[in-house]
Amino acid sequence: MSTVANQVMWNRLISIVEEQAQALVRTAFSTSVREAGDLSAGVYNADGVMLAQAVTGTPGHVNAMADAVPHFIRRIGADNIHEGDIYITNDPWEGTGHLHDITVVTPSFYRGKHVGFFACTAHVVDIGGRGFGADAASVYEEGIYIPIMKFAARGKVDQTLINMLRGNVREPDQVIGDIYALATCNEVGQRRLIDMMTEFSLSDLNGIGDFILDHSRRATLAQIAELPAASAQGGMTIDGFDAPIDLRVSLSFAGDHISCDFAGTSGVDKKGINVPMVYTKAYACYALKCAIAPEIPNNAASLAPFQITAPEGSIVNAPHPAPVALRHVIGHMIPDTVYDALDKILPATVPAEGAGCLCNFQLSLRPTAGNTGTRAEVLAFNSGGAGARPTLDGLSATAFPSGVMTMPVEATEHSGPVIIWRKELRPDSGGAGQFRGGLGQYMEVGAVAGHEFDFSAMFDRVNHPARGRQGGEAGAPTTIARDDGTQMRGKGKQFVPEGARVLLGLPGGAGYGPAEARDPASVKRDLARGYISAQSAVADYGLDADQVDAVLAAVARGEAI
Amino acid sequence: MQDQVRLGVDIGGTFTDVVLEVGSAQFSTKVLTTYAAPEDAIIDGMQQVCENAGVTPEAISQIIHGTTLATNALIERRGAKTALITTQGFRDVIEMRTESRFEQYDLNLTLPEPLLPRQHRFTLEERMNVAGDPLLPLSRDAVEALVDSIVPMGFESIAVGFLHSYLNDSHEKLVREVIAARLPDTMVSISSEVSPQMREYERFNTTVANAYIKPLMKSYLLRLKGRLAAAGAACPVFLMHSGGGIISLESAAEFPVRLVESGPAGGAVFAANIAARYGLDKVVSFDMGGTTAKICLIKDQTPKTARVFEVARTYRFKKGSGMPISIPVIDMVEIGAGGGSIAHVDALSQIRVGPESAGSEPGPACYGRGGQRPAVTDADLALGKLDPENFAGGRIPLDPGASEQALAELGRTLEMDATTAAYGVAEVVDENMANAARVHAVENGEDLADYTMIAFGGAAPLHAGRLCEKLCVKRLLVPKGAGVGSAIGFLRAPFSFEATRSVYMRMSQFDAEKVQSLLAEMTEEATAFVQNCAPDQPIHAQTRVYMRYAGQGWEIPVRLSADQAKSPNADIFTDLFEQAYEGLFGRTVAGMEPEITVWAVNATTQIHTPEPVGDLPPQLAAVSVGERALFDPAIGAYVTAQIYARDSLVPGACVAGPALIVEDETTIVVPSSRRARAQPDGTIDISEETR
Repeated sequence: MSTVANQVMWNRLISIVEEQAQALVRTAFSTSVREAGDLSAGVYNADGVMLAQAVTGTPGHVNAMADAVPHFIRRIGADNIHEGDIYITNDPWEGTGHLHDITVVTPSFYRGKHVGFFACTAHVVDIGGRGFGADAASVYEEGIYIPIMKFAARGKVDQTLINMLRGNVREPDQVIGDIYALATCNEVGQRRLIDMMTEFSLSDLNGIGDFILDHSRRATLAQIAELPAASAQGGMTIDGFDAPIDLRVSLSFAGDHISCDFAGTSGVDKKGINVPMVYTKAYACYALKCAIAPEIPNNAASLAPFQITAPEGSIVNAPHPAPVALRHVIGHMIPDTVYDALDKILPATVPAEGAGCLCNFQLSLRPTAGNTGTRAEVLAFNSGGAGARPTLDGLSATAFPSGVMTMPVEATEHSGPVIIWRKELRPDSGGAGQFRGGLGQYMEVGAVAGHEFDFSAMFDRVNHPARGRQGGEAGAPTTIARDDGTQMRGKGKQFVPEGARVLLGLPGGAGYGPAEARDPASVKRDLARGYISAQSAVADYGLDADQVDAVLAAVARGEAI
Repeated sequence: MQDQVRLGVDIGGTFTDVVLEVGSAQFSTKVLTTYAAPEDAIIDGMQQVCENAGVTPEAISQIIHGTTLATNALIERRGAKTALITTQGFRDVIEMRTESRFEQYDLNLTLPEPLLPRQHRFTLEERMNVAGDPLLPLSRDAVEALVDSIVPMGFESIAVGFLHSYLNDSHEKLVREVIAARLPDTMVSISSEVSPQMREYERFNTTVANAYIKPLMKSYLLRLKGRLAAAGAACPVFLMHSGGGIISLESAAEFPVRLVESGPAGGAVFAANIAARYGLDKVVSFDMGGTTAKICLIKDQTPKTARVFEVARTYRFKKGSGMPISIPVIDMVEIGAGGGSIAHVDALSQIRVGPESAGSEPGPACYGRGGQRPAVTDADLALGKLDPENFAGGRIPLDPGASEQALAELGRTLEMDATTAAYGVAEVVDENMANAARVHAVENGEDLADYTMIAFGGAAPLHAGRLCEKLCVKRLLVPKGAGVGSAIGFLRAPFSFEATRSVYMRMSQFDAEKVQSLLAEMTEEATAFVQNCAPDQPIHAQTRVYMRYAGQGWEIPVRLSADQAKSPNADIFTDLFEQAYEGLFGRTVAGMEPEITVWAVNATTQIHTPEPVGDLPPQLAAVSVGERALFDPAIGAYVTAQIYARDSLVPGACVAGPALIVEDETTIVVPSSRRARAQPDGTIDISEETR
C-alpha cells in the first residue's frame, strides 16, 4: 500500500470516527450528549489498540476509552465475539471513571472476519443511586453498576438488562434512548469502515494500523527528544469536600518518554470526588500533549510515551469501592497542577491557573406536596474563566481543560421544570495582570412554580481561587448562596424550597504578569465593556479618575472602544 | 416563454458579473465592483450586455441578483452601528458562545470577537417560559425608558432577541413597536422573525448579523431598484438567497442575512446544472473570485444543504471558529483566497496570503490604481498565467512592472527574487485552498480523489489545475461562462418559498384534521408567494415534517407525498420516520414515541433539467495562436506553454499541457501533467495526462 493511500486512509478513519460522534449527538436524548458533547468515539484494531479518535468529545474520555477495549476483550472472551454483538459497561475503573459514563463497544466484521472495534462513551443524565453528586460514601451508593456484558448478542438486545436499567434510573427513557444512540453511532462508524475496506481492498486493519501507530510513535518521540532533560515538582491545593486536598506532581523529561508521578497527593476522600487512575492519566496526558505535541492525533502510540503514575490509595488513584461520581472535579484540576511543574522547565509556555473544573450542577426537581407537576433530572455544564496566557488574556467563561460545551438555556429549560434566570459574564472576576484572567460568570437558578428541588453542587475554588503566574493576581473565588442570603456549600446535595433561587458566581481565571505592565488601551477597553469596574481600573491598573470619566463618557455617547 | 430576456447579476468583492439571456443565447461581461455605489457597476454591465445582444433594457422581463456585499460586511466588520436588546440576565449570550474551545490542543487559542461589543448590548426585564407563556410581563414603560436612554448613542439598527421568542413573539414585537414610535429611522430586526428556532446563541447571533447589515443592504437594494428603473429596466428584481432559491427584493431588504452567501449559492446551482449535464454524481465545485474562494460538495447533482452555517471562520478554517448563522443554506466552505488577496511576510518569515483583499479599489499592484502590495493576481501575472494586454477582454490593462516591483519588495526580506516570491505566493494560496477543500471533505466524510472538480469564477481557471494536482482530483471541467458562473446559476435557480411552522405534536396526540388544515394553509401560503413571482409557471409543492423521538434534540426530515400530506395518518408518519431513521442510523429505538417538531412546505417552480452532453467527436489537434513562458509549480521552473483561443476550440479539439486557453473573462491554465479536450457544449474537460 502506498504512503499516499495510507495517508488517505488515516484521514478517512479520523473522519469516520468524527461521523460516528456526530451520529451520537444527533440521536442522543440527554442534553449532556446532544447539546454539550460530553462523549467520545473511536476505532480500534482487532487487538483492541486505538487507531483514531473523534475530535468532538472531551479529553477525560481520551485515554480512558483507549484503555477500555482490552478490558472488554478480556471479560467477554476472544472466542465469544460474534457478528451482531454489542457490549456495554459503566465500570468506573475499566470504563471512563464514573458510573454515569456508559461505554458501548461493537466488534466490526468484514466478510465474516473480525477486523476491529468501534467504541463510544457518553455521560447519561442519571444512573440511579443517590443521584449525580458528591454525597455517596462508596460506589455502591452511586447507582446501578453494569459489568462488562453483552447489550446485544448476535443482534438480539438483552431485554432483561433493559428492564433492570429502566427500573433503577430516574429518567429511563433518556438513559435507554442514549444507550441505543451509543449502539447506533458504532453502527454508523462500522458501515463507513466497511466502505473504506472495500474501496482499498483491505482484508484487515493490520497494515493501516501499523502505519498509523508507527508514524504517531515516531512523531511523538521526535517532539519529546527536543525537550531538555529535566525534572521539576509542582503542586496545588484545592477545596475538596470537607477538608482541602493537596495535589502534588513530579515531572521528568527523559529523552524517550515523559514521566509524571503524583506521589505526595492527598489520600482517598470519604466523599465522591475520588479519581480512578484511568481518568488521572487522561488529564495529565492531555495537559502534557497540549504543551508538547499538540498536532499529533490521539491514538495508542501517540499516548504511550506519556507515563503517568500515582500511588494507589491517593485521591488520584482511588481503588474500588471508593465513591467516584464527581471524579471530574479533581481530574480537571490535574492540568493546572502539572503546569505548575512544567512552568519550571519550559517557562513562558503554560497559562496561569484557571477555574479548572467545570462548574456543573444537577437539579432533582419535583412537584411540591399537593401540586401536580413534573419530576426531572436536569444537568447543566458551565464554565468559569480560563487562566491568562504568557501573551494573551484568559478566555472568559470557557471550559479548560474540559472539551464540552454548555447547554443552550432554552434546551435546558425544555428538559425539566427549571428556569435559568441569569447566565452572563461576571465583571472583575478575572485576575488582574499584564494579561488578565478570563471572566467567570453569574448564574441564577430556580424552579417553575409548584416545584422544589435538590441542588447537587459540584464546585471548587470557593476557598482556593486560581493563582496568578509571574506576578499576575488570583482570579475571583466561587460564590454560592440562596437569594434569601442563605450560604450554600460548594459540594453536595442541598435542598432548595419552592420560590427560592440559587445564586452562583463562577470563578475567574488568574492573571499573568504584573497588572501595572498592562497596556492602558486594554484597561480602557475592559472598562468600556464592563469586564472591569471603574474601581478596579483605578485600584488594580492605576487609571486616574479623569481617564475613567473619559471612558465612561465615550460609552454614554455610544462609542465602541 | 419564447425568447424571454432575463438578466443575472452577481456582485463579487472585485468584479460585478452580468449575464443576459435572450432565449438560449447568452451575453456576459465583467465590470469592476464599485464599492461606493455598487449599482453603478450593474447599470454599466447591463448596458454593455444589452448593446452586445441588440436589445434595450426595456426588453428585460426579470432581473435576478445575488451579492457578496452582505457576507463581506460581516467578514470585514463594516456593518452599521447596532445595538442588541435582550432578556435581563443574558447580555453576553453572543459573547459566551458555547463556552468551549474549537481547538482543544492550542493553549494560545483566541475566540472571535462578537459582532457587537458589550456596551452595545442592553437588557429588559421580561421572560417567556417553554410553553411560550409570559413568566415576567414586559412593561411598555421599561421599553420606552430603555429606548429613550439609548437615543443619544445614535444606533442605526437594533436587534431584539428574547429567550423562547420562537414560541411567543409578543415581547419582541412590543419592543419593535416602541422603537418605531420613538426612533422611526432606526431599523429593527427581531429574532422571532429572522430565525425562529430554539437555541439562543444561534438565534441571537443570526438576528444581530441581520441587524448589523440591514441599513447597508436595504438602502442599496432600494437605490438599485430606482436606478434600474431609471435606466429602462423597470421589470421585477429578485434576489438569490443562501439556500439556492429566489426571493423578492422586499423580503431581501427585510432579511438581508438571507443574502449571505447568495453569490456562491448561485455558483453551486450552476455547478449542479453542469453536473447533471455530464451525469456526474460526485462533484466538488471550486469558485474563486477576487476576494474569496468557495468550495462546495455536490452529490447526486444536488448541492449539500444545511440549516446552520458559519461565516468568517478565523482559525485555519476550523469548524467553530466563525459565527453561526441559522438560516437554510447551501453548505460550503469559504476562505479569504482570491485574485485580490494580498500577500505579506509574517513574523516567522513565512509568506502568508489573505484574507485581506485589495478588492477592485485599489486592486492588485498591476491594476495601476495605486495598489502597492502584491496580490495573487500579481503573482499570476509574473508567472505567465495572464496576458497583460488581454485581461478582462483587454478592458483592464495590467502593468507587469508594477507587479514585479511589489513582488520584489515582498521577496526582499526573504532574499528571494520577484519570480520566486510569485511562486511562493501562488503555492501558498493554492495550498490554503487545497487544505480548506480537504477539511470540508473530511467534515463531510468524503474523499475528494474520486470527485470531479467544476471550476468557475474569474480566478478559478488559473488555479484549478494546480489544485487538482494537490488534491489528486483526476478530472476538471471548466464550463463555458466559467468567469460568470454564479450569475448564470441565478438564471437556473427556481423560484422557491418555504413556509415553516414550529408545532410540536406527538404521534399519540396526532390530530389528522389539524394537520390537514395546517398543511393546506402552508401550501397555500408558499404557493401564493411563488405564483406572485412567476405567475405563468407550474408550481410544485413539497411537504416535509421534521421528526425525532420525543426527548431527542435533533430532528430528521421526513418527506411526504402529496397524498400523504392531503390525508395525514399517524401510522404512515411513524412508518416513514422509522424508515428514514433506520436508513440514516441503522436501527430504530424500541419503545420510544416519535414526535413532529417542524412542518415545512416548499413551493418551487420546476428546475430546468439540462440536456445531457452529446458524444465527443474524434480527437482533433488544436491550433495555437502563440506561446508564452509559464511557471509550472509542480516542476518548479518555467515551461513553454502554447496559447489557444477558447473560441477556436471546436468539439473534440485536444490540447496537451502546458497550455493556456484564453477567453475574455478568464484564462485556463493546463498544467504540464494534464491534457484538455473541448466538449460539445464548450466545456473544457481536463484530465490527467496518461503517457
